[in-house]
Amino acid sequence: MEAKEIIARRVAHEVKTDMLVNLGIGLPSLVANYLPKDVHVFFQAENGVIGLGARPPEGMEDPDLTDAGGGFVTALPGAASIDSAMSFGLIRGGHLDMTVLGGLQVDARGYLANWMIPGKMVPGMGGAMDLVAGAKKVVIAMVHTAKGAHKILPECTLPLTAQRRVSLIVTEMAVIEPTEAGLVLKERHPDVSVDEVIAATGASLIMHGDVPPMQLT
Amino acid sequence: MKHACKPEQAAEMIPDGSVVLIGGFMAVGTPERIMDALVARGARNLTVVANDTAMPGKGIGKLISAGAVSRVIASHIGLNPETQQKMISGEIEVELVPQGTLVERIRAAGVGLGGVLTKTGLGTPVEDGKPTVEINGETFLLETPIRGDFALLAARQADYVGNLEYSLTAHNFNPIMALAAETVIAEPQLIVPVGVISPDSVKTPGVLVDHLIERAA
Repeated sequence: MEAKEIIARRVAHEVKTDMLVNLGIGLPSLVANYLPKDVHVFFQAENGVIGLGARPPEGMEDPDLTDAGGGFVTALPGAASIDSAMSFGLIRGGHLDMTVLGGLQVDARGYLANWMIPGKMVPGMGGAMDLVAGAKKVVIAMVHTAKGAHKILPECTLPLTAQRRVSLIVTEMAVIEPTEAGLVLKERHPDVSVDEVIAATGASLIMHGDVPPMQLT
Repeated sequence: MKHACKPEQAAEMIPDGSVVLIGGFMAVGTPERIMDALVARGARNLTVVANDTAMPGKGIGKLISAGAVSRVIASHIGLNPETQQKMISGEIEVELVPQGTLVERIRAAGVGLGGVLTKTGLGTPVEDGKPTVEINGETFLLETPIRGDFALLAARQADYVGNLEYSLTAHNFNPIMALAAETVIAEPQLIVPVGVISPDSVKTPGVLVDHLIERAA
């Protein structure tokens, strides 16, 4: 199974019925493909829709109905279209139950950097800073290392996205929960040993007894 | 009652050097015919306030390509490589603002508030040079209002009072920007007789709109 699919499948278990959920573009958007059948949620796209649905069949796109990546989508029965003040009011105001975002780095404090690489990549933060500052639960979905370089570090070297501890880090190797005391290793991929996770992680990990395998079905 | 004017007439109203608030998210909900007319007029030195600069050939991307813009205040420029190149070469000055903060700074200007207090941006480069304020033991960043000389809006339909109704994710910044400029110009896809739009469907009351662009051909 590809790393992205492992991550998306595991994150899908964090989604519970009746949540309002915002999925970032790229890897996080894959989570919608792996929701358990009995889980019913509304997805928000911060450009202005609650109740986002899949891409429509070719020829049935509406030019005024896109997601935050600019791709064509549908609106499910019960959907609402909203302006940007309402959309970010929901995000900042504590009405968004969960956001899933990609990450460049996460550190031992649970702080995230995911919006710029000085001198290389300056796309703008878009809605990321509001999402991390405001969502009730922030899940980071990312590959564990960048071609071997650590992404989970004692302290982020890239500019932070927010001064807020994220709720959970899900990678293809492990599930890690940032806490006041530090990063707690909660689960590991069934084919990966605890020692391998520790070697691939730049910050120290706390373990409470055995580390169970991740649920991937 | 308002007489509908041609996009070219709107472009003539907007002098070089103006601060223009432009609706749209990745060109969805951007008044394309006004963009084309500004390019045709050879507009220069505009300050554009918008969520993003779309992509080359679409929406605000047309203004960027034409060299009409000297300053951008936006949340995201990542999908327009021309904006990034012109930022690096110094042709365009770019201020990046978190999306939720941007919409509230515009709203503050439009509704008579002296600023916005938000947690978004705390502990990040967005905080640099800005005052923080303690409210009930919590720290907030003080962000100042953003007002435009012009607001350029797209709507699904208008009536001749100037009431506007929007479509799906084409709302985005449009209803907010309608409040925050000296002169508001709206480009609807349709103009219908007064009374056709239900008062409950009006998202921007016509009193805010100064000029309507004639309906699309």
